[in-house]
Amino acid sequence: MTDEVDTQDEDEIDLASLSTDELVEQMHDDLYDGLKDEIVEGTQILLDRGWDPSQVLNDALVEGMRIVGIDFRDGILFVPEVLLAANAMKGGMVILRPLLAETGAQTIGKAVIGTVKGDIHDIGKNLVGMMWEGAGFEVIDIGINNPVENYLAAIEEHQPDIVGMSALLTTTMPYMKVVIDTLVEQGIRDDYLVLVGGAPLNEEFGKAVGADAYCRDAAVAVETAKSLIAAKRAAA
Amino acid sequence: MAPADTVLVIACGAIAHELVAVIRANDWQHCKVQCLPAVLHNYPQRIPAAVRAKIHSARRRYRRVFVAYADCGTGGLLDEVLEEEGVQRLPGAHCYEFFAGTQTFRALSHEEPGTFYLTDFLARHFERVIVKTFRLDEHPELLEMLFGNYRRVVYLAQTESPELTALARAAAQTLRLQFERRFTGYGELTAQLVSFAKQSASTEQVTQWQN
Repeated sequence: MTDEVDTQDEDEIDLASLSTDELVEQMHDDLYDGLKDEIVEGTQILLDRGWDPSQVLNDALVEGMRIVGIDFRDGILFVPEVLLAANAMKGGMVILRPLLAETGAQTIGKAVIGTVKGDIHDIGKNLVGMMWEGAGFEVIDIGINNPVENYLAAIEEHQPDIVGMSALLTTTMPYMKVVIDTLVEQGIRDDYLVLVGGAPLNEEFGKAVGADAYCRDAAVAVETAKSLIAAKRAAA
Repeated sequence: MAPADTVLVIACGAIAHELVAVIRANDWQHCKVQCLPAVLHNYPQRIPAAVRAKIHSARRRYRRVFVAYADCGTGGLLDEVLEEEGVQRLPGAHCYEFFAGTQTFRALSHEEPGTFYLTDFLARHFERVIVKTFRLDEHPELLEMLFGNYRRVVYLAQTESPELTALARAAAQTLRLQFERRFTGYGELTAQLVSFAKQSASTEQVTQWQN
């Protein structure tokens, strides 16, 4: 019995004993393995060592999730592993979010995101929302099963830069066109960047429904949002 | 090696049992079935390439090929493959749709978008295909993340089986969802296979006449 306990103890890593570089690397591994408690602990240690909350977010959490995203795209990780990683990152975000708000760092843009009418799947949407938030966007998540009226109300209330729509079902993804067509009818389509995503979508579909871009995964959604906002502002 | 006049149905492993039953009931001895792994159900992005590879290998040995998949979450990519290959598939978005019938499936989805569907196959293999694949046994916390937005399980039953109904009900309990059972039989699957078998027969006649 004693031997077993000793073995377990030997396997555990004392995060506080690691150098900062080692700790960040370990946090990438812990995110990959979906270890929420370790991410919470590592986040607090980095803050205690004087790291800026945004540096903790970017270098430890967002970078870790970027690696997770690559391996998901390449078929090395699957949905459960990505969800566990996201759940671990959420643990770190709980600590960082109020600190980031205190620093008053200006957001790089505002995004409304939701899953379209008839669809209750939100894993992809939640990942994108979390990664957008990590990248410095203010994210307004309007949830699942959204009719066009919900998008219009959120747009009017929040005046976002980006409208994000997600769908998992072949049967619900055409509803994205309903939303975009309504924006066109109301003469406000060009006021917003419209990004779409979801497992059964592709670039061709994004173009067909009139979106500005189709985002294959959360990492692409971050890069696309940043580059399209920069291009739009440069052109203004 | 199959005889040159046989036709092949390339099918999702999740409907193999039902396909074979229809083929046997109609005594279509010229009709063979080859299945892709049912677990592709959970990785739809892999289906189009897997089906294409199966079609290519079948072309050398079978006169005609039919694909017993619906769109199955491929977002039209399976249809692109099938159009290029000149092969037909089952109609609809999912196997749930051709078992339930399009109108019933749409009504069910409209009535409650948060409906998780089970078939005989999924009821029988729920532990392996859902619980193990999604690691719900190792990480119960994933249950809320994966199924938190669902409200009910609808078991589309292909057979009158108390054993499968009990398994489906237990699956709903595992997912902490309301349970409903609807007997569908094989739904539109039978009619679609009959249509394919008839087309195959008429093609055979044309081929013989031309020769």
